[in-house]
Amino acid sequence: MEKYLYIALFAPLVGSLLAALFATKEKFTFVGVITSFLVAISMFASLKLLYFVYSTEVVVSTKLFSWIEIGNLSIPFGFVVDQVSVVMMVVVTIVSTMVHIHSIGYMEADKSFNRFFSYLSAFVFSMMVLVMSDNFAGLFIGWEGVGLCSWLLIGFWYHKKDQELTSEIKKSPFSTLSPFSSISPSFAANEAFITNRVADLAMLIGMFLIYWNLGSLQYDIVFANIMTLDNSLIIAIAVFLFIGAMGKSAQFPFNQWLANAMEGPTPVSALIHAATMVTAGVYLVIRANEIFVAVPSVGNFIASLGAFVAIGAALMALVATNIKKIIAFSTLSQLGYMFVAAGLGAYWVALFHLATHAFFKSVLFLGAGNVMHALNDEINIKNMGGLYKHMKATAIIMIIASVALAGIFPLSGFFSKDLILEVAFGNGSFIIWAVLFVTAGLTAFYSFRLIMYVFFGKENFKEFNYHPHEAKSFVIAAMSILAILAIVSGWFKPLFIEFTTKVLPELNIHLEYSTIYLLIVLTSLIALFGIFFAIIRFRKKETYFSQAFENRFCYKLLANQFYIPHFIESVINKSYLLLSTIAFRIFDMKIIDFIVDTIGRVIYKSGDKARVTQNGNLSSSLRLMVFGIVSLLVLGIVLAVASQGVY
Amino acid sequence: MSLNAYLILSAILFFIGMIGVLRRKNLLMLFFSTEIMLNAVNVGLAAVSKFHEDLTGQMFAFFIIAIAASEVAIGLGLLILWYKKNGSINLDNLQNMKG
Repeated sequence: MEKYLYIALFAPLVGSLLAALFATKEKFTFVGVITSFLVAISMFASLKLLYFVYSTEVVVSTKLFSWIEIGNLSIPFGFVVDQVSVVMMVVVTIVSTMVHIHSIGYMEADKSFNRFFSYLSAFVFSMMVLVMSDNFAGLFIGWEGVGLCSWLLIGFWYHKKDQELTSEIKKSPFSTLSPFSSISPSFAANEAFITNRVADLAMLIGMFLIYWNLGSLQYDIVFANIMTLDNSLIIAIAVFLFIGAMGKSAQFPFNQWLANAMEGPTPVSALIHAATMVTAGVYLVIRANEIFVAVPSVGNFIASLGAFVAIGAALMALVATNIKKIIAFSTLSQLGYMFVAAGLGAYWVALFHLATHAFFKSVLFLGAGNVMHALNDEINIKNMGGLYKHMKATAIIMIIASVALAGIFPLSGFFSKDLILEVAFGNGSFIIWAVLFVTAGLTAFYSFRLIMYVFFGKENFKEFNYHPHEAKSFVIAAMSILAILAIVSGWFKPLFIEFTTKVLPELNIHLEYSTIYLLIVLTSLIALFGIFFAIIRFRKKETYFSQAFENRFCYKLLANQFYIPHFIESVINKSYLLLSTIAFRIFDMKIIDFIVDTIGRVIYKSGDKARVTQNGNLSSSLRLMVFGIVSLLVLGIVLAVASQGVY
Repeated sequence: MSLNAYLILSAILFFIGMIGVLRRKNLLMLFFSTEIMLNAVNVGLAAVSKFHEDLTGQMFAFFIIAIAASEVAIGLGLLILWYKKNGSINLDNLQNMKG
């Protein structure tokens, strides 16, 4: 079975390197096809491994080579395919394959077509390293790898000019109403990268703590011995690891980069920001569940933060007009749901929601990509409208995905999301449950607000002379697979429970059946209410927020993303810039540079002065020699006398 | 006579030689001064050797005499060549290696 493991891992790398050969050449469709094909091979190998692990319950693990061996530290380049990682592998490869295929259509007119596929496949490889590694160091390598690839991909259109910062809410890059996601793609890429580095520092500290106290980074050794540590130490480890997870999964206060990362090409958003990289944080918490189980207080914090992010992001999505930002906020919100489940100890529920969410969210992004492609990269949903007639397939797929996202029976979102609500209720965390309950309604509402604005109503795009057209058939085919998975993946719940609870702790909630049914009915009702409210309101008025409402503070608060970007810009960035300027002007220029310059100047000056001794006159040379000997003699005598004095 | 007397004589001779090295401009005179310094050292070495009944010092004195002789032989040869070339052996005319 190791053969399949290596194929699954390295096929995307081969694709990436192959595409890199053509990176600077003009568009070559074959590059897209071959990378898609190699990722598809990786997908089949992952499916094969899934079947193998499912049917035999054997964990496939392998050691490629020993990587770091210093003293007692031994970190092999090892990989493990167990019930958790194989689920992630399958999700990652299925979504990546479809995104690759979609990208062939989406990027067809881009002059850096080949370079794009190289980055995309490299990203898949890094993600596979992340999920398959059997130790924290390998996970960190993949972790940084996806960070690097996301930087390359978000900043893919690095040549786009910076947008000016304005206070006008419809133009400001900080606003969810503006057509810009951020100041520029390179700004967004740097922002994502730097934010993640800040969080990664905490993750590294967590890993160092583990190594110092347990002497190993191998999952099995660490998890077997974690309970021998002090409670406070486990809390520290869990907290630091979770801060790392917060960075990758864009939880508050590291949330700002995710929405801005929408500057990247849309397939990138689908792959990185829906299905893979941003869920890496959730994966880390699931993977390290033995650590988090030991400290329930940290779990409670994770759950509370998750609920907070879930509703905060959903509120921002309510007013946004940038199609990709709405979906990005939705991702943030769903990541919050996953953290609630993980924080409350329902790790397989978190993994389940991760898997179902990956399918419907990635297809939503791909659909948004189709829409944007059809309308010359228009991203303001108010400039769309009535596209259902022109893009039936995309519309249907996006509606399916939105219904799944809203959590309507019998689509996949229903199973996983309701389960999280059940867990919250069954755990007695009624506040979290209430927050998630409201969020469920909001989710349904903003999803269908987007659908209504884009696909129904007046054809606003005519003013801009756009001529929408449906995407190519192979693009639709790739999306259909994801859409089908978005429908059916929830049905595998019993299998999934049986499969993952082999390694993950079982759910420990005891609710009456009547209570569970009541919860399901309630949640479904609020979701349906959200959907119907969105539809009916649009039918009546063609808009959601009246002019008067737009002047209210609450609307402005949401449109400005709770003023978080303003806060970051004016409080953190400005003061940091000030500090850097002071450090540069005073510490660097005045002190460090002065010292260095002085050393140089002294040497120059003394050389200048000493030049007169080199006059070529033997007589004066002899005089200097004598002077030197005498001074050495005097020095020697003085030292001898001084040392005599000491003894 | 005590050892100190010899050593004082040696020191006086050495300083006379040294002052010669410092003050004289004539290259020939410099050679003389150097010889005086070397011989001053020889006096010291021989005296110490005698008083300590250890022949090493006198052996060194012999080495120094031999080396001084060869140095003078080569030095005088060079000096004559220099005189033939420049017509002077004054040190102040001998400044080809200015830095």
